[in-house]
Amino acid sequence: MKIQHLVSSMAICLFALLVCSKGASAQTAMSSPSIDEYFTKVTTASVTPDSQGFIRRWTLLEPIGKPNRSNTVFVDTYIREAFATEYFPNQMTVVPKDGDKVKVTVEVQAPVNLTMGRPQQQQGPAAPKFEKRTLVWHSLDSKRFNVKLFRFATGLDKDRYGVVFWAVTVINCEEDLNNVRLAVGSNSASMWWIDGQEALILSGDRRMVMDDATSKRISIPKGRHVLRGAVINGPGMSDFCVRFIDEDGNPVKNYTITTQ
Amino acid sequence: MKARISLIIAAAFISVAASAQIGKPFIHDPSTIAECDGKYYTFGTGSGGLISEDGWSWESGAVRPGGGAAPDVLKIGDRYLVGYSATGGGLGGGHAGRILVMWNKTLDPNSPDFKYSDPIEVAHSEMDEDCDAIDIGLFLDPTTGRLWCTYGTYFGAIRMVELDPKTGERVKGNIEKDVAIDCEASTMIYHNGWYYLLGTHGTCCDGVNSTYNIVCGRSRNVTGPFYDNMGRDMMAGGGKMVIAAENRRIGAGHFGRTIVTEGVEKMSLHWEADMDQSGRSVLAIRPIVWVNDWPVSGELWQDGKYAIVSQRRGYALELAVDFVRLAGGMRGFGGQGNDTVISLEDQKLEDVIGGWPKGDIEARIGDIMYRPHQKWSIEAVQDVPGYLGGQYCKIVIDGTNRALAAAPGAEVITVPEFTGAPEQLWRIEQLTDGTYRIMPKEVPGAEGEFVLISAGDSTPSLGKFNFESDNCKWNLKKW
Repeated sequence: MKIQHLVSSMAICLFALLVCSKGASAQTAMSSPSIDEYFTKVTTASVTPDSQGFIRRWTLLEPIGKPNRSNTVFVDTYIREAFATEYFPNQMTVVPKDGDKVKVTVEVQAPVNLTMGRPQQQQGPAAPKFEKRTLVWHSLDSKRFNVKLFRFATGLDKDRYGVVFWAVTVINCEEDLNNVRLAVGSNSASMWWIDGQEALILSGDRRMVMDDATSKRISIPKGRHVLRGAVINGPGMSDFCVRFIDEDGNPVKNYTITTQ
Repeated sequence: MKARISLIIAAAFISVAASAQIGKPFIHDPSTIAECDGKYYTFGTGSGGLISEDGWSWESGAVRPGGGAAPDVLKIGDRYLVGYSATGGGLGGGHAGRILVMWNKTLDPNSPDFKYSDPIEVAHSEMDEDCDAIDIGLFLDPTTGRLWCTYGTYFGAIRMVELDPKTGERVKGNIEKDVAIDCEASTMIYHNGWYYLLGTHGTCCDGVNSTYNIVCGRSRNVTGPFYDNMGRDMMAGGGKMVIAAENRRIGAGHFGRTIVTEGVEKMSLHWEADMDQSGRSVLAIRPIVWVNDWPVSGELWQDGKYAIVSQRRGYALELAVDFVRLAGGMRGFGGQGNDTVISLEDQKLEDVIGGWPKGDIEARIGDIMYRPHQKWSIEAVQDVPGYLGGQYCKIVIDGTNRALAAAPGAEVITVPEFTGAPEQLWRIEQLTDGTYRIMPKEVPGAEGEFVLISAGDSTPSLGKFNFESDNCKWNLKKW
């Protein structure tokens, strides 16, 4: 049993104003596991999907602060608007390299006090505070079938709750992939695009479940294609798993994965 | 307008009576229901819990120290092991938690033996590891006698550890194992060679908008891996649905299993919101039905009109009265004539009741023909103590007050008037195979429990319940 408070995202911002020092990571953690337990830096030119077809190589942008005290707000309209918001230039077309940087305006959040529990609630309305931050793209191979965004964030000492993650990867098909489906599980809501075309949306207070939702049948022609995703999360864990499956639900694995 | 409001209130009352525990069954994260000295107990998050004399009407009064979240109770030998969790953080905070257990000889706070032992920590989570050590579930493996404890939430993994059933302490050297993700309120059960891990998925604590639902996976090994019906490992988020929202009862969470006897099992849970009880979180009890060795929620019978059909032969329980033919009869097999096709009328009660005897009438089982002497009205009887998860009903021929009743000698008859006598009150419970057993509250001149049986294909009687025998099973076909 976990208690979720249905409080508007604005409610925590006054606390942020009072507590956060400018430029500091807003949700610093104590004794978080190392990012090395979950990811390795990309060191090879390409990889293949894992034995179950999951795509483990992704270039991830450090989390963009977007406070939400509950994941129940992630209805379709909300997340479409959230992901249609331009946080950085060429958001829907860029194929970032490891170490690339973008300047992003983020909403400042209260620190998480792991000993005291959830961030304190505020009394009365407060205006959110925004600041410009430089966020970095990281090309990583996940050690697990699911990409633990939460540990990506904590491992880099970044905001862990109330965030938007952007993820990009490139798939290289030696032959046409006909009538396949993009299968995604995400925590929490997410949207996914192939070569800029929307493939899938997972709305609501989602948990990451393997093959939770799939795209309609799609055919991906031989060649290079960009797969892009955005995941939004309020409190709690955040991760995703992505693969292609065939008509029978079996994994599709006859392609390679690169960062460019 | 006033009449209309009354009707709405009445409808709501009937709905509550048929589907929800009565009294003040308000609780969140109920522990598995435990029986102690003829009473039922369940503990919830926070302090305290509920007590019931009959398993149907619940009031606060159970006592559990320690506060914290989501306890569980398991009777081992002649003692009760009570587990709970002390937690600090939450979804938006840290994830330090402690799983604690303690013993008590009794759950009755008025008993002189009522005294909890000092709590023992059996597992914990650090502030920022991939686990949230709350929501304990206790499981005593019936095949080995080994005691297991599962715990955890959406934040990271559901873990299991082994405890010593004599002391409640963690088995020395035992290392916790991750067995699932994406759920909380986990617990385990065993059935027919399978171990089941159950967890609650979805959004908690959001009242009428909570999406809580209970899912499970199964394994031949007690420590998993646990797979769902699609072959998905619960470590990948797999889970087959056990129970989700019902109409006006939202958010099913915190599964617990009670085996009443072979073939009669109940699940306890809470609804995040019962829309007929101010949207409050309430205790619920539902039958467990096993389908292809998967547990699913069965059905509580509802007030209504039914044919009561024997599992033995597929015949219908009826009054032993003359069969009255409908007009018509053989119309030939060919397609002769160009008659307009019309709908024939049902036989009506007033067409036949005049020929029925006025006093007691024997009960019989006959070809199912959907005639008035086979049409039973089943209706809950208020203000009578119930049983675990249910309330007694009267079974009368529809349109009359003629009631099915237990008779001396463990036989069954119908009496012309329902009086509320205990031999006219019936307990209807869905069995684990989906059929029902039908039990009189009392049998005149006899001790013990009896159920309605098929003594022959056409002869009803009362006898001892035997889940292995179709003689003891009935189906309720909505009229």
